[in-house]
Amino acid sequence: MKKKYQIALGIFLALLFMPKTTFAMHIMEGFLPPLWCISWGAASLPFIIVGMFSIKKKIEINLRIKMLMAMAGAFTFALSALKIPSVTGSCSHPTGIGLGAILFGPTVMCVIGVIVLIFQALLLAHGGLTTLGANTFSMSVVGGLVAYFTYKILKKMKVSQSVAIFTAAALGDIMTYVTTSFQLALAFPDKTGGFIASLMKFMGIFAVTQIPLAISEGILTVIVFNLLTAYSKEELIDLKVLSEEA
Amino acid sequence: MDNKKDNKMLKKNLILALIVILLAVAPLFLRKNAEFGGADDKAKEAISHIDTNYKPWFSPIWTPPSGEIASLLFALQAAIGAGFIGYYFGYAKGKKTIVKSEEI
Repeated sequence: MKKKYQIALGIFLALLFMPKTTFAMHIMEGFLPPLWCISWGAASLPFIIVGMFSIKKKIEINLRIKMLMAMAGAFTFALSALKIPSVTGSCSHPTGIGLGAILFGPTVMCVIGVIVLIFQALLLAHGGLTTLGANTFSMSVVGGLVAYFTYKILKKMKVSQSVAIFTAAALGDIMTYVTTSFQLALAFPDKTGGFIASLMKFMGIFAVTQIPLAISEGILTVIVFNLLTAYSKEELIDLKVLSEEA
Repeated sequence: MDNKKDNKMLKKNLILALIVILLAVAPLFLRKNAEFGGADDKAKEAISHIDTNYKPWFSPIWTPPSGEIASLLFALQAAIGAGFIGYYFGYAKGKKTIVKSEEI
């Protein structure tokens, strides 16, 4: 137990002395060359289509699942509006994708993620329409897949429910921004250091700021999940997130 | 019996929420001189550092006319989201209570 605190303190201090003022958000409008925009869009599209079918199938289970899905969507909607200060001295926002991915599987959130991203691109000049494909890929596809499979694996390993949820949501969140760094590094390789140098640069910018936010997202997801376990247990059982006897 | 369980969860959730608040507030005190920007200006900087010739080839169709309007829209987004989450759990809790009382 003691050791855990020591490690936590170490990470905390490391973050504290990171002397960088940076940004961390979705890729801005026009800031990805057209070829990359199309490629990432094409990469995301199949997930969105599968997601639409998946939504249809899940909703058919019963009406309460529909409500639950709307709630997961609202969670993403609310969380991605919250720009939270981070220890790096800049702000970023959580994605809220993890909760829905754990509940409904990885592809459902692709559809919900796109809706949120379009809203922010049109009304808030945040993210962008041309970068929609790339942002969907990092946030919904990668974030969703990572959260879903992390949860599945941890459950197999018989890790406690809360720890599994926390780790899945936090990891999904951080991997979203690691993906964003990859996307930018691929499009803007450093003149001298190439892809790797660029990647390191963008990782320092995006991923580090996101660490405390990912922890916050993990905790918030656990809170919502605690509430769901208390008041919507049947739905969780219907979705096979919880087993019957639990 | 059930009340006890509810209280225990409430306590747990409140502690968790407190940690989230601390995580958000701490940076403000730890880094007093930081800008806490998050905006596109810095992103442009980083990219133009690597590729000095890069010009964004598309700009947002509509940009909120001021920071105030932007924060209004962000607040609206959060409020709609949080509002529905509140509605959902109110509904779920109410339904559960009715089912319980019918069983008795």
